[in-house]
Amino acid sequence: MGFYVDPAFFVLAAIAVVPAIVLGINERSLFGYSLVVSGLFLLLLFFYDLQQGAAFVFFCVLSTALFLWVKHLFATKHPHAVALYRLALAITMAPLVIYKIAAVFDGNLLGFLGISYITFKALQVLIEVRDGLITDMSVLEYLGFLVFFTPFTSGPIMRSRTFVEDARTHLSRHDYLDGLTRGAFLFLLGAFYKFVLAALSSWAQWFTPEFIGAGTFLASFAGESCIAFFYGLYLFFDFAGYSLMAIGLGSVFGVRVPRNFNAPFISLDIKDFWNRWHMSLSFWLRDFVFMRLTRALLKRKVFASRVNTACAGYLANMTIMGFWHGITPDYIIYGIYHGLLLSACELFQKKSKLYAAHKDEPWFKLCSWAITMIAVFFGFSLFSGQVSRLILGA
Amino acid sequence: MDAQREEQLLKLIEEICADPVVREERDMDLFDVGLLDSMAAIELLVGIEGEFGISIAPTEVEREEMNTVNLILKRVEERL
Repeated sequence: MGFYVDPAFFVLAAIAVVPAIVLGINERSLFGYSLVVSGLFLLLLFFYDLQQGAAFVFFCVLSTALFLWVKHLFATKHPHAVALYRLALAITMAPLVIYKIAAVFDGNLLGFLGISYITFKALQVLIEVRDGLITDMSVLEYLGFLVFFTPFTSGPIMRSRTFVEDARTHLSRHDYLDGLTRGAFLFLLGAFYKFVLAALSSWAQWFTPEFIGAGTFLASFAGESCIAFFYGLYLFFDFAGYSLMAIGLGSVFGVRVPRNFNAPFISLDIKDFWNRWHMSLSFWLRDFVFMRLTRALLKRKVFASRVNTACAGYLANMTIMGFWHGITPDYIIYGIYHGLLLSACELFQKKSKLYAAHKDEPWFKLCSWAITMIAVFFGFSLFSGQVSRLILGA
Repeated sequence: MDAQREEQLLKLIEEICADPVVREERDMDLFDVGLLDSMAAIELLVGIEGEFGISIAPTEVEREEMNTVNLILKRVEERL
C-alpha cells in the first residue's frame, strides 16, 4: 500500500484518525496510540514485499542497539566514547550506503521504502547524544520517532527533540483542536496541490504550445524550456502537496512535523532558495554536515579565508545531497551544480562591489530573482535527467 | 557579564558581521538583515569557544534564541 497514493491509504487513515481525535479531545496522551497505528501502517506498507520488510526490521534493531550503546558510552563517560561514537555513525550509515551502491548495479541489498529518511533521523539522534543534547530519550520514544508513519516514506525529516517534546505533552483540548483544525486545512491544501495542481503541471509538460513551431533550434529550445518549467512546477506541487498532507495528518496525532516548503519561487538568491525548498532536508544538512564541517575546517585553519571555508562547506554539503538522492550521474551533477551555485553566490555577496552598492534596490532584486529562477529551473532539468537526455541524444 | 568581557564579545560580533551597526542596534535580527548566515554563525560559535572557552553545539540553541546581539550576550552569559 503506497502512502498518499493508494485510495486504501486514505480510507484507513480516515478510520485511524477517529480514535486519535477522541483521545485528543479528552486530553489523553496520543503517543501510545500513534505508535500502534504507525506499526499497522508500516505492516501494510511492507506486507507485499517481505524482503523490504526484513531490511526495515533489521535497520530498526541495529539502530536502536547503536542508540542505546552510544547513550551508555556518553552517560558513563567511556574513555573512547568519541571514537566508538564515530564507529556507530558509520554502522548506522552502512545499510543506506550499501543499498545505494547496490542500486547502481540494479540490485536491492538492505533497502526499503523510506531508508534515506530513516537513516538521517537515526544519525541526528546519535550526533545530538554526543553533543549532550539528548540524555533521557527512551527506547520507545526512539522507535516511535523512527517509525512515525505520516512522514515515513518521503519526509519531511523530523527532529527527535521536537518529537519527544510532543510525545510527552498532554495538549489541552483547546490547543489540540487548534492543531487539528490547522492540520485538516493543511491536509486538504496538500491534497489539492498533489491531485489537482501537480497533475495539471505534469500533464502540461507534454503540451508544446503551437506558436512555438518546430524544426528550428530556437523552437526546440523553447519547447524544452516549457517542459522544464512545468516539470519544476510538478515537482513542487507534488512534493509540497505530499509534505502538507504528512504535516496535517501528523497534527491529528499531536505531532509537529516540520514545514518543508516556504514559497520557494519568490527566492531572491540561491541561498534564499535553499531556505525555502525541501527545508527539512536542507536544514538537516546545514546543521549536521555544513556547520560541523566548517567548524572543523575553521578550528584547524585549513583555509586561509572564511569565504574559501564556506565554499568548501557548500560544495561538500550539496554533493552529499546529490548522493543522498541516489548514485546516478544526474543526481550527483545536480548536487555539485547547487554546491557551485551556492559558492558563486557566497563569493559574489562577500566580494562584489556591485552587490554591496545595489543589493537593496528594486531593479537589482528583480534581476537577482530572475537569475535565481533560471538557475533553479535549470537545476530541476538536471535532476529530472532532461539535460543528460538531450546531451546524450537518447 | 563584566564590561571587559562584553566588549570582547561585541568586538567578535562586529568582526564577524563586518558592520559596526551591531553595537547600536542590539535587538536587530542579524539573520533577517543578512549580517549572519550559517557560515558566520559557525564563526561566531568557534570564536566564542576560542575566547571564552564555552562550547555551544550547532543545534544546541534555536536560531530564534540567538539571532540578536542581546540574545548572543545572554546565551554566553548563561554559560560563563
